[in-house]
Amino acid sequence: MTLSDELSTDAIAVRAPATDWRDAVRRAGALLTAVGVATDDYTDEMIATVEKLGPYIVLAPGVALAHSRPSPAVQRAGISWLQLAEPVEFGHEKNDPVWLVVALAALDHDGHLGLMSSLAAVLGDTDLLATLREADSPERVLELLSPTNEGSSS
Amino acid sequence: MKIVAVCGMGIGTSVLLKMNAEKVLRTLGKDQDVDVEAADIGTAKGAARTADIVLTSADLADEIGEVPAKVVIIDNFTDVGEIAEKLTPLVS
Repeated sequence: MTLSDELSTDAIAVRAPATDWRDAVRRAGALLTAVGVATDDYTDEMIATVEKLGPYIVLAPGVALAHSRPSPAVQRAGISWLQLAEPVEFGHEKNDPVWLVVALAALDHDGHLGLMSSLAAVLGDTDLLATLREADSPERVLELLSPTNEGSSS
Repeated sequence: MKIVAVCGMGIGTSVLLKMNAEKVLRTLGKDQDVDVEAADIGTAKGAARTADIVLTSADLADEIGEVPAKVVIIDNFTDVGEIAEKLTPLVS
């Protein structure tokens, strides 16, 4: 499985505006809603998670993994991809500012492990991330995330 | 030996951290000797009592508080190099 199997262009936004971290998480949540992964309530839950536990979701330089716990607001496991026009601050000591918000919803604790494994591979590839940061369309993001692209992202 | 990867909800960051920690352990040939589990902050305090090592972020390390386990703070959860650097001396 690769991330391109999990994402459709409707769940991807590039060069998106965001006034602050809440706005960025709200926009990433709206993408989940658009493809039927979760309802608006889940977006509120993702924001509440950061308010309660802090910006730990900024798990790598420039990258936030917005998520909350499995809840009735989650319809199926899935992710969205929000690349920001201008990075925003989440208040993380080391990894701010954030240019990519990946929103994640899961139905339980292990039904999405294949998805997480694909995501780990992408987020661990700093060259690929640098190319993804410049992507100018959802189609281009999907192309970069698809397996046929491997080795050709120069 | 037991390692617990802790995040707020137990589905996102801790799962990534668990996967990358397992990758490091495989490289070291220690994957048979060490169990890694992911936990949310609610169950982490209990899990940390029986664990040898807790992996988490700086924000959540404060929440976990005093536990017998060695608490290791990871800044970049996707950087296998950082995890390897901090974990290797503790498991070898």
